[in-house]
Formats: sequence, C-alpha cells, structure tokens
Amino acid sequence: MAFNHKHLLGIEHLSDFDIMTVLNTAESFLEISTREVKKVPILRGKTIINLYFEPSTRTRSSFELAAKRLSADITNFSKLNSSTVKGETLKDTVLNLEAMKADAIVVRHSCAGAPYFISTFCTSHIINAGDGAHEHPTQALLDAFTIRQEKKKIKGLKVVIVGDILHSRVARSNIFLLKKLRANIVLVAPPGLIPEELKRLGVNIDYNLDRALEGADVIMMLRIQMERQEKNFFPSIREYRNLFSLTEERFRRANKNAIIMHPGPINRGVEISADLADSVKSVILKQVENGVAVRMAVLYLLLGGKEREITD
Amino acid sequence: MKLLIKGGRIVDPASRIDGIFDILIEKGKIVDIKSNIGTQSAKSINASNLIVSPGFIDMHVHLREPGQEDKETIRTGSLAAAKGGFTSIACMPNTIPVNDNQGVTKFILSEAKKNTSVNVFPIAAITKDQKGEELTDMADLKNAGAVAFSDDGQPVYDSQTMRHALEYSKLLNFLIIDHCEDKNLSRNGVMHEGYYSYLFGLKGIPSSSEDAIVARNIILAEKADARIHLAHLSTKLSVELIQNAKKKGIKVTTEVTPHHMFLNDSDLKTYDTNLKVNPPIRSNKDSKALIEAVKDGIIDVFVTDHAPHTPDEKTVEFNEAPFGINGLETAVSLILDRLVNKKIISLEKFIEMISLKPAHILGLENKGKICVGADADLTILDINKEIVVDVNKFESKSRNNPFHGWKLKGSPVMTIVGGKVVYPF
Repeated sequence: MAFNHKHLLGIEHLSDFDIMTVLNTAESFLEISTREVKKVPILRGKTIINLYFEPSTRTRSSFELAAKRLSADITNFSKLNSSTVKGETLKDTVLNLEAMKADAIVVRHSCAGAPYFISTFCTSHIINAGDGAHEHPTQALLDAFTIRQEKKKIKGLKVVIVGDILHSRVARSNIFLLKKLRANIVLVAPPGLIPEELKRLGVNIDYNLDRALEGADVIMMLRIQMERQEKNFFPSIREYRNLFSLTEERFRRANKNAIIMHPGPINRGVEISADLADSVKSVILKQVENGVAVRMAVLYLLLGGKEREITD
Repeated sequence: MKLLIKGGRIVDPASRIDGIFDILIEKGKIVDIKSNIGTQSAKSINASNLIVSPGFIDMHVHLREPGQEDKETIRTGSLAAAKGGFTSIACMPNTIPVNDNQGVTKFILSEAKKNTSVNVFPIAAITKDQKGEELTDMADLKNAGAVAFSDDGQPVYDSQTMRHALEYSKLLNFLIIDHCEDKNLSRNGVMHEGYYSYLFGLKGIPSSSEDAIVARNIILAEKADARIHLAHLSTKLSVELIQNAKKKGIKVTTEVTPHHMFLNDSDLKTYDTNLKVNPPIRSNKDSKALIEAVKDGIIDVFVTDHAPHTPDEKTVEFNEAPFGINGLETAVSLILDRLVNKKIISLEKFIEMISLKPAHILGLENKGKICVGADADLTILDINKEIVVDVNKFESKSRNNPFHGWKLKGSPVMTIVGGKVVYPF
C-alpha cells in the first residue's frame, strides 16, 4: 500500500510522499462527484462512524458524502456536551460504537489529542476531523489540493495565513503540510495570537498585513474563533477589522493571480470583505467541493486495502 | 529487642561521616556506632556492600485520606513510602474535609498510628478551607501535630493574606509553604506553555505564572523577616530569583521533584495523562536549570509531590484528566540513577537533600542524621541494583506514574523506622 498508515491523526507525521499520495488519489476521485450517478462501489460493505463531540456542518457532511460516494455505510453520532457533563467517558462511548463493528471512526473533539487517545485503545482506523487547537488534517489536504489545482505547484509559493493562529487547528495542519511541500509561509495576526515559538517550524511572522501581502500567491484567511477567545487578545472587532481584514485595497498588494482561501465558516465583513469572498479570486467554494474528493481519498487509502495505481 | 546493622557504608551528611561502621539500635534510638560491635543479643542485619543512610523524608505528599480513599489511603500511601525508602512523609492538607482544624490533624495522626509503619507528619492549611481568606488557628494546629502550613495547590493568592500569614508564622516559627502559581496566567492551562504546547494544540501554563508568585513571596518574606518554603520549583527564572534571594539572606528554601528534573515538555507528544502535573513538566532549558540548581545548592530538598489518581480518572482526554504524578516508589531510584550514579551529585549531597535538609526545614530534631541518640530511622540503599519500574507492582493504590518501563540503577532495599524493619514487608 502506498499509504502506510493505520490512522490519519495529523499532518505532522506524514511524509511529503504520503501527502502527494493523498492528493493524487483525490485527483482521480474528483470526477466521480460530477457523474450522473455519483457513486462507485469501492468501499461497499465498510462501516464508518462519523463521531462529533463538537458542532460541525461542513466537515461532517463532507465526510458523509465522501463515504456514500464510495458506497460505504456511514452513521453520524453527535455528543456535543461531553466535556462538561459527567457521565460516560470518551473511552466507553468509543468502545460501544466500535462494538457495532465499525471499520473506521471519523472523530472531531474539542480536546487536542483526543483522536490520538482513541487510537491507543481502538482497533478501527481513526481519522481526525479536528481536535481542539491541534490538527485538522483533511482540511490541510484539501487546501493543498486546491492550491495545486489553481497554481499547478506548491513549492516556492508565498502563502500568507491571517487570523487566529493561536487557536487554529487549520493553521497548524496547513503549516505542517505547506512546509513539507516547501512553500514560504507568513503568519499574520495581532501578537498575542501568534506564538513566536512557531518560527521554529520555519515560518515568518508579521504583524502588518499590508506588508505581508506584498507578492503573496495564496492568502488564507481564518475566522476569529470567538468561542475559544479569552478577552483582550485584541481590543475590539472594530480595531481587528481595521488592521487585519482582507479588503479590495489590501488585496491589490498581492500577486496578480493570487487566490483567497478560507476554511469557513466566514464572518463576512470581519476577516474578509463580502465582495472579495464572492469574487473570482476566492476559491472558498472550490475548497468545499475538493474536500469531498480528498476525504474520499483518505477513506479509500485507509480502508481500501487494494493497491491502486497512482497517476501523477 | 536490639537491632544491629553490620558492615554497611554509613553516609551521614550531618556528621560528615562516610565509612564502614556497625549501628546498634535499642528502643527506637541509635545507641552505638562503631566498627565491629559484638552481636550480643541483637538481631543482626548484614549491610555489607550497601549504603546506610539516615531515613529519607518526603515533605510533599498527598495521602488523600480523609475523603478520597479511592485514590490512596494513609495506609497505602505509607506502604508506598516504606517501599520507596522513605521513613517519614509530610502530607498536604487538601483532603476532604481540608486539614484546617485540629480534628482533621488528629484524625490523620491517629489513623497513621493505627495503620502505618512510617512517620506521618500532617501539614495543615494556611487558610480555612484553603480559600485564601481567613488564617487557620495555627498555634492550635501546631499543638495538634502540624509540622508546616500550606494551602497546597491553592496559592495564597491575596498578597495581604500571605503577608499576615508570614508575619504570624514568627509567633512559633511556623513553616509556611506556598505553591507558586498566578491562576490568572495559568487559567485553563494543561501543560507548559511553549513551542510544544503550540505544536500539540494544548493550552499552556506559562513559566511566568510561577515566577511572578515566587518573586512576590520572596518580597513578602523579606519584608516580614519570616521564612518561607516554595514548593516544587519548575522554572529557570524561579531558580534565579531564589538564588538572588538567598544571596541577600532572605529565609527562603525550596524543593524539586524528579519529574521536573528528568522529563520535559516534548515528552507530552503522546498526550499521556500521566505526564499531566501542576506545575507542568517544563522545557529542556528549565529541567537543566533545576539540575544545575541542585548542584549549586540553590535547591534544598528533593520531594515527590506524590499525587495519586485512579486509572479511571487518568484514562480520559488530556484536558479532562486531573493533575498529578504518583512518585513515592520511583523517586529514589530516579535520582540515584540520573544524578548520583551519573556523578552529577555526590551520594552525600543526595542524602543531605532527601534526609538532613527536610528534617531541618520541618524542625524534626532527632531525624535526618545518624548519631547516638537520634531516632533509628534508616534507609538502606543498593547503589548498583538495577530495576525496571513497573507501576503494576506499586503499593500505592494508584498507578499514575510516567516512568513505567524505565530501567534504573540504584534502589532502596531496606527501610527501618524507629528501629523496626518496615520494608521489605
């Protein structure tokens, strides 16, 4: 098997070859979703549990459709107040679900490391659909897929990631992935939201969005995660918007063919102007579309079991 | 019944004795120390090729009783202590109810007398219910048997309250112990804040949360001209602050745990909840600074901060697990292996920091030394014995120890309390 992992817990421990394997596999699945009959029998008979301890619409639906288009059986399970309400432990919940003979469990959890913890006692394949402020590997893979689709390459591109880096699992996974594929990364946010220590990962940090945007090829905007915020990382949304919102005027500093990305959900008029979000420069909906193909690829590579020809 | 310990290498920092002697014990006291004591009617223990040390004292343990007997009891905690080489332990007041009145202090002492073979010294709370508001009746508690005062995991947050506690401590030379943590800076944190907390996506506990309160406590102790003991030091800057305070003659003492010296934050990559502890396991830079501070005499005492939690409590998401490491049965081997056998500190220095100094700080006059008239509390070590840590063989009720599987050289082999062999059991 070209993809020699039991679980997908994060990007950090994948090789560049692993990443290319997922992207290339996704390439071959992209077309399935455009067919009249959007279904292939590759994972027929496999059971997948889509387990969410945190609200999600996009990722959950995307995994669900990815599984269905590969003919797997998938069931959703939500337990949104697990961490605050005493009762069944995470381990017991997962063991109960696994007892129903799941082949894979897709899990989202508000605690960093929860998918890793599950993988220590579970025999099924575990796929991390976002764990706290740690990783969101399939988001980074679909982002890379989209960048490659638009730019035909990743190496050497200037990627500017703007927003709440501190609390963002999307930022972490993207930093890991884009560094492995040798992009140049600049992180932009108010100082309290970018840990200086991240420079050890080989990224640059800038507090000035205008300066950072000069020559950018890819601009990745992140939502301010109000639900994870303590007070006073910045004074007000108004001041944040003045300094860090992507506007038409600011966007002109980027390269002519720069693309705008956002993992969603977007706060129109906060981190990005509504016009830009809807403009041809925005690939936000392409990301969503590609997400299904990338998740099909991940499910296939973990569960498929058969060697598949990789086309480059 | 007399007990004769024959042919061991006696290492006693108090008298600076290091040599092969016999020790004769009678009625719980050491009655003679010299070469080749005739056996007479005494029971004899052959200690040749072994180290005979004054009994080890752990001045920072959590016995959980009363209130959380599912984690540990006074009995099981004491068995763990005996096996770990400790003849005396001082237990923190964060029981349920809190040890803030002489009723609880007396309960702990009476349970200890009934059920344990090691010496148990209760530490009482500084403030009622550890709330940081009203001082406890300290003289009354000291009379009942409290050897020190601490609000344990709750730092005395209000600086005015701490000032009053320090001033009042001079009344009867009470020992005030503080856990230094600015709870605003550490709020919701679960590991050391730094590169690895950002990498692992876990909320950090910054070093500054300790440093700020260490600095405050030093300032207040100087102003009050009172002594203060700062618990489980974990950061490089705290070491520097204490070094500076000691230079100025401020009466500050401090302690360090094995886990803060021998682990660092990169070890948390497996999200092992047995590594979740407060103060957190810090960076490599900090752990190195702590070992340097041990060598330089800035840190006074080795402690375990033995904090048992049940396997169920620890088998959860990292954020949800309680803080604490179960340390009584691994501390001595860890320090022997990592510091003594690696020649980073001398055996004498080790014994000073785990026996003489804690006895001195707690005011235990007849302990921490081997001399005629001293309590016959002795720890016998085999510095060459190789062990593999196995949490499943713990005497403690709990298993939350991150050193499982570690191969270590050097181990306690016999523990004697008041002239009685309490380990091997």
